[in-house]
Amino acid sequence: MTDTRPQTAPATIHGRLARFADSDLWWSFKNSKSAVGAATVLAFVIVTAFLAPVLAPQNPYDLAALELWNAELPPVWMQGGQMPFILGTDVQGRDILSGILYGTRISIFIGIASVAVSLAIGLLAGLAAGYYGGWVDNVLMRIGDVLLSIPIILAAILVSSVAQALLPPELREAGIAAVLVLAIALYSWVQYARVVRAQTMVERRKEYVQASRLVGTPGRRLMLKHILPNTLTPVFVAATLNFGLAILIEATLSFLGVGMPPNQPSLGTLIRVGNQYLFSGSWWIVLFPSVQLCILVVAVNMLGDWLRDALNPKLR
Amino acid sequence: MLAFLIKRTANAIFVMLSVSFIAFMIFRFVGDPVELMLNEQATQAQRDALRAKLGLDDPFIVQFTTFVKNAAQGDFGISFRNQQDVLAMIAERFPATFELVIVATLISLIVGIPLGVLTAIHRQRWYAETLQFTSIIGISLPSFVVGIGLILIFSVWLGWFPAFGRGETVDLGWWSTGLLTTSGRMSIILPALSLSLFQITLVMRLVRAEMLEVLRTDFIKFARARGIPARAINFRHALRNCLMPVVTMTAMQIGGLIAFALVTETVFQWPGMGLLFIQAVTFVDVPIMAGYLCIVALIFVTLNALVDITYAVIDPRLRGADK
Repeated sequence: MTDTRPQTAPATIHGRLARFADSDLWWSFKNSKSAVGAATVLAFVIVTAFLAPVLAPQNPYDLAALELWNAELPPVWMQGGQMPFILGTDVQGRDILSGILYGTRISIFIGIASVAVSLAIGLLAGLAAGYYGGWVDNVLMRIGDVLLSIPIILAAILVSSVAQALLPPELREAGIAAVLVLAIALYSWVQYARVVRAQTMVERRKEYVQASRLVGTPGRRLMLKHILPNTLTPVFVAATLNFGLAILIEATLSFLGVGMPPNQPSLGTLIRVGNQYLFSGSWWIVLFPSVQLCILVVAVNMLGDWLRDALNPKLR
Repeated sequence: MLAFLIKRTANAIFVMLSVSFIAFMIFRFVGDPVELMLNEQATQAQRDALRAKLGLDDPFIVQFTTFVKNAAQGDFGISFRNQQDVLAMIAERFPATFELVIVATLISLIVGIPLGVLTAIHRQRWYAETLQFTSIIGISLPSFVVGIGLILIFSVWLGWFPAFGRGETVDLGWWSTGLLTTSGRMSIILPALSLSLFQITLVMRLVRAEMLEVLRTDFIKFARARGIPARAINFRHALRNCLMPVVTMTAMQIGGLIAFALVTETVFQWPGMGLLFIQAVTFVDVPIMAGYLCIVALIFVTLNALVDITYAVIDPRLRGADK
């Protein structure tokens, strides 16, 4: 009994890997140039962002490390550029490359967190609505309808600005990332809920659910263990595309000044700050963060686009 | 049909009530309206008078009803910051936003439809594939980054177009237009272009998908067999059958564009409603925030309802199917 466990664990992991390598999905991935390219770029961006403390030449949050005589240096390949400021510096002497690496980390973190939160809400709401039907279904879906009838950018700005106004001042700095995650998640759960609800209503009538109910499986266990796994394929696609959307919305909010503050800059904040120097000739302050944001979102969306086609049974 | 109309209208009213509830909650609970409206030297008696005048001591449901009643008559109160009527301030800014959205929509149709047709009929050619591929990039690019890029290239480096503002405007009654002056027309190009980029890719992808469908049908094959020139088949016969979904999508997107214009307006300092709203957010000017939310939601909901109803008029199958 005791010695079977250590043996089975690696075996199943190995088995799963082998099964994945043999799957249609992996085959389709290998044969799609844009998917492989997007995944490579995305992996590079994520890894460099999370290794920011190791890779970055400077800690952009450490005000003591900034020297004003390094302010507004152009990129190294231009006249007046200096190492180690490869992409130049901003008006406070902050290294642009370091700012981008740390900023990307914040953007990705908020993207992942808001997808996770909205998935949790959306899956539960969708399961409950589809499984119980009746008034539960009506109430949840009506809330969703109302949310979707407000344009997303407006909803996010309102939630984020109202929540920031309501937060006590000492929490404002620390809580702002959480507020942004909530502002984005509050809107995007509806999509998952709708998908899962529709799928649950189909699965609920199938024999395996009836059989499971007959042997007395409690409703909650039945929903989470048996029905949920069968509804996940479309959710997976939506989650990938929403990850890109979440990063975009966060960047837009930060750009508009209702997102991350300048002392914890995300990519959007960096662009907001750089935008003020657009006419002073220091174009690199705004250009490089913008390029990084575009690369990140384009890579995520291309991956999502491929995933949607690869998992679509009609296109196989 | 009548049942559908009633249901659809009831739905729209329900949504508007919910939105005004959100607006009311913002108005009532973000900060204390009395503190925000009076200066610090105000006496307790003045505070109490204002509290009573605003009805802040009434029961919650009475306050909400009053709010909805006033809002329905266009009374959103007075801006905390510059003491003007909120509706008048928004109405003054509306023409700028509306012109921006209309020009952006026109650009998206003029550019998007031909591109969609081209990518559909020359599906295998390299440029069609490149266009289809770059359209993913067009959808992904953040609108404010596009705006900044346009400013950097066309204003800062080339100096062709102004980077901010609306140029000179001409007053036509209560409507102020920038489209009648040269500086106004030059000013609208960059913001409209940046607002329309996302729309262009949407229109292009939709037209392409629809065209591919129509080109497979029998009547097109028959037209080919009759020897009608390809250009006439593609543009006169096939395209005409694709335009219905394009028109509905465009109509539905206008509401979203009006809301989304606030990003473009911030980048280009375009004096529209969205810029007013963003400034109100920065100064926590709650009546403007609430008023803007209600007005944009009203436009959005009305357009969606109109599109749904038009659809039901054209296609009877939809009347029973949807709740």
